[in-house]
Amino acid sequence: MNKYMCKYFIIFVLPTLTAFLLSFLIPFILGVLLSFTEFTSIIDAKWVGINNYVEAFSNREFVNALKFTVKIAIVTVITVNFFALVLALLLTRQLKGRNIFRAIFFMPNLIGGIVLGYVWQLIINGVLYKFGVTLSYKPEYGFWGLVLLMNWQMIGYMMVIYIAAIQNIPNTLIEAAEIDGANWFQILTNIKLPTITPSITICLFLTMANAFKNFDSNLALTAGAPSRKTAMLALDIYNTFYNTLNGEGVGQAKAVVFFIIVSAIAFLQLKLTRRKEVDSL
Amino acid sequence: MKKNNINILLFIFLFILSALYLSPILIVLLNSFKGKLYISEQPFALLNEENFYGIKNYTVGLAKTGFFNAAFWSFFITVLSVGLIVLCTSMTGWFIMRVRNRINSLLYYMFVFSMIVPFQMVMYTMTKIANMVSLDNPVGIAVIYLGFGAGQSVFLFSGFVKSIPMELEEAALIDGCNPIQTFFKVVFPVLKPITITVSILNAMWIWNDYLLPYLVIGTEYKTIPIAIQYLKTGYGGIDMGAMMAMLVLAIIPIVVFYLICQKYIIQGVIAGAVKG
Repeated sequence: MNKYMCKYFIIFVLPTLTAFLLSFLIPFILGVLLSFTEFTSIIDAKWVGINNYVEAFSNREFVNALKFTVKIAIVTVITVNFFALVLALLLTRQLKGRNIFRAIFFMPNLIGGIVLGYVWQLIINGVLYKFGVTLSYKPEYGFWGLVLLMNWQMIGYMMVIYIAAIQNIPNTLIEAAEIDGANWFQILTNIKLPTITPSITICLFLTMANAFKNFDSNLALTAGAPSRKTAMLALDIYNTFYNTLNGEGVGQAKAVVFFIIVSAIAFLQLKLTRRKEVDSL
Repeated sequence: MKKNNINILLFIFLFILSALYLSPILIVLLNSFKGKLYISEQPFALLNEENFYGIKNYTVGLAKTGFFNAAFWSFFITVLSVGLIVLCTSMTGWFIMRVRNRINSLLYYMFVFSMIVPFQMVMYTMTKIANMVSLDNPVGIAVIYLGFGAGQSVFLFSGFVKSIPMELEEAALIDGCNPIQTFFKVVFPVLKPITITVSILNAMWIWNDYLLPYLVIGTEYKTIPIAIQYLKTGYGGIDMGAMMAMLVLAIIPIVVFYLICQKYIIQGVIAGAVKG
């Protein structure tokens, strides 16, 4: 880099880069390193090799959180995308008030996880009250509560993406099919669904990533109750760091595992969407 | 005629569905005017003389949470952070897309990489570093948001820059503008659509964020999500009345914002999802 460029690098890039180093890159590298140590602060750490990882995986709460999160992710990916797609198909028809309907279904997405958690706690506990129990009575209640909450939160968002995709389908394609005598089901399965496949892939992965990373609404809705059985991965990591004696090392190891899972999902998405793009050429 | 009937049925179906969809919020609103006991025992009952509690939940909740303070800090942090993010990452995004060299492409890949890293991975170390370099205050937290949000924002800006022709910028440079003038007079106005997208995505994230501000500044300053969570953990038992009232107050600004900027929000979400 010559002197001229260097000067402008300082003005254009350095502020962002400094913030990036301080709040992301250095903490990230330190985080990876510290996961192999026992520590109570970042300057006082003792190397313990892979002990933290062994401890993480022999920790029942972590394994349970992992299973719980995977289950939630699978169920929400299927339900959210099914309902979102159905709504998108209905709301791309010529229909009175469809913009208002779209706006209503999208709205919950803007509300933060903490608020959503307490809103649904009221509703679900209100229903369960009639049976004399509460959300924290059985882990299954928390599970379906979270599924319900995440559906409410994400359906509208995915619907909006599907609507954009469906509206991009050239009208001539559908008109030609109608002239050829195709019924709505044939148009759906032979034209609409295949053309919006890239968006379906995006939405499936977006839902999965969101489900995996969920923290706020988990904390507000159940906070892990009963006895941390409804804690998802992010909440379990938080609990390990801040609510366990000397839990920092193990917490950091869990965080690295969490990071590897989330990036594996992202990597898979990248490979799949790239291939789809080539396919569609 | 047949198609018309289907559409009427569909309309009725969607009408009921969207009423159901909104009902959780309306039920919270309803309960914010009820006494504590009635909230847990009959949350679905309508208001009547017996359970009506006036606005006492609101006055109690406001006093317990310091809600107006929290709303101020939420607003302050969101506006400052979004402003800083837009200013810095648009400059960075343009620069690393227009000046192609090894350092800039390395930076680009690091920014993209940071997008997939979950917050819990850097939660502990970032909080400690923020503390060490004194970023643990409502102004400093904007720098943290800039660093943590840089990935997606730089990615969106440079993706947009790639799609605009270079002739304008070249003409400006030939006319004697330096790169800073070129950027602010010529490039930045052209970036407007993606600036709106970046602002909305970051505003939604930062306004609703709980864990980052809680860990970094939570002991001294509360944002709205922290104030609401505090209502549960900060006192002996959870006061459902105050909780309902505060939930209503937390939802109102979001609904107002949504009604005003609906078009931009939806466009922003689509752009962010498809490109991110």
